[in-house]
Amino acid sequence: MLIRRAGPFTANDVTDETLYLNRREWMVGAAALVLMPGEGEAATPQGQALTATRNEALSLQETPTKFEAATTYNNFYEFGVNKEDPARLAGTLKPRPWAVQVDGLVHKPKTYDIDELLRLAPLEERVYSLRCVEGWSMVIPWIGYPLAALLRRVEPTGKARYVEFTTLLDPSQFPAQRPSFFGFSLEWPYVEGLRLDEALHPLTLLTVGMYGRVLPNQNGAPVRVIVPWKYGFKSAKSLVRIRAVADEPKTSWNRAAPQEYGFYSNVNPAVDHPRWSQATERRIGEFRRRPTLPFNGYGDQVASLYAGLDLKKHY
Amino acid sequence: MARRVRIALKTAVWGACLAPLALLCYRAATGDLTANPISFVTNTLGDWTLRILLASLAMTPLRIVFGLSWPIALRRLLGLFAFFYVCLHFAVWIVLDHFFDWPRMGADIVKRPYITMGMLALLSLIPLAATSTAGMVKRLGARAWTRLHRLAYAAGVLGCLHFLWLAKVGRRDQYWHALVLALLLGVRLGHVAVRFARRRRERRGAPVGRRVNPPTLTAP
Repeated sequence: MLIRRAGPFTANDVTDETLYLNRREWMVGAAALVLMPGEGEAATPQGQALTATRNEALSLQETPTKFEAATTYNNFYEFGVNKEDPARLAGTLKPRPWAVQVDGLVHKPKTYDIDELLRLAPLEERVYSLRCVEGWSMVIPWIGYPLAALLRRVEPTGKARYVEFTTLLDPSQFPAQRPSFFGFSLEWPYVEGLRLDEALHPLTLLTVGMYGRVLPNQNGAPVRVIVPWKYGFKSAKSLVRIRAVADEPKTSWNRAAPQEYGFYSNVNPAVDHPRWSQATERRIGEFRRRPTLPFNGYGDQVASLYAGLDLKKHY
Repeated sequence: MARRVRIALKTAVWGACLAPLALLCYRAATGDLTANPISFVTNTLGDWTLRILLASLAMTPLRIVFGLSWPIALRRLLGLFAFFYVCLHFAVWIVLDHFFDWPRMGADIVKRPYITMGMLALLSLIPLAATSTAGMVKRLGARAWTRLHRLAYAAGVLGCLHFLWLAKVGRRDQYWHALVLALLLGVRLGHVAVRFARRRRERRGAPVGRRVNPPTLTAP
């Protein structure tokens, strides 16, 4: 057999550093062109700055996860099941114009335009930890205001006991919502839910931004909810409807695998996912696993919500 | 088979099997291992273990269905590469993922069925790798060696179960892998059944008629 040996490298073969860096810039520029919304399309381009005052009392003192990691490693099944799918495909989602219907068992149902929703209450920045049910976590500076501020405006009736969140259903914006040849995914639209007292808890954040900017599409633009003491999938993204209801909502993951994902899904190191342990987690950017804390470290604030409830049964 | 052809084929297998590792090293060097590098590396090595294992299991069915002889020359090499990748996969799990947290890993092996299956798959590949040399074939005798190496199918089943049971709802590749394995096993079982039936007919002394050789099986 003949194996031809390539000659040794010479200095001439090495790409000049300036050229190499230029190529990088060119690639970034090309990517920006592709991502740039067309004229008259998005009034609020992705990445626009959003000012908010940090709520120090409710913020972790930890260094936030890198912005790049938080925007390229996402679970957003509407774009695909792989972590990199949302960042790659989220250009199809149009966060403007956008409306959120807030109704159900409330005295004053209303459909809010997203810009009105943004002005409804003063925006706060809160550094929360986000624990994914898969065993990793991030520290993210979210921007938003307590969901309670919105719910109080629509005045839930005495019959309302739960709040149901619905994500946009639009296969033209969410490629993975198109019917596929084989395999079952979640049932669309994505539905999540909280008990009314959980939804009214001051930690529950109606979220419109992160890292000082409006929410990137892959992180659930233009508006999502963040429930820091629950596994990440409870924090529904790209919301179009928030509904007060009397019965426990049929949530997407619970319907897909009821024995694995309960309605509560509070972060709990003592209750394993049936197929893997929840005792530890890896902070994105760290090497060693760290122990997972009950209620993701928010036990002091939220444990009282579950007094008398068997959390092994109501996982 | 001509020696040159065999060497060319083996070189191609070496290249194809080392390419995923080379790509992984390149991505590591350029800082392109996603935000969760340990998980990405573990999954990539696991994916390639199963793919190469299935490729090695496809060699005999290729001979059965198409009457080709060259795939057999690649079977052992592919099997050894599958073993190589599973060792890397396992090492990453121990060192990078759990950093020698033996009690926790032990608990996971016992409590998590998908890890149990993965562990059994790895264990079942060890005797195969250990007896892969020509000397070992001679020492065991061809018959015993062949019988032992049917364990490769068990490893395939265990590996597919490992993948099926760890995958989250909505993923699909685990089903494709299981489907491929089912086809490969189907071909072998069909082959065994045909041979068995023929032998019985011959033993009964019935007129054998035209011998079916190789057996006519429809390609998948």
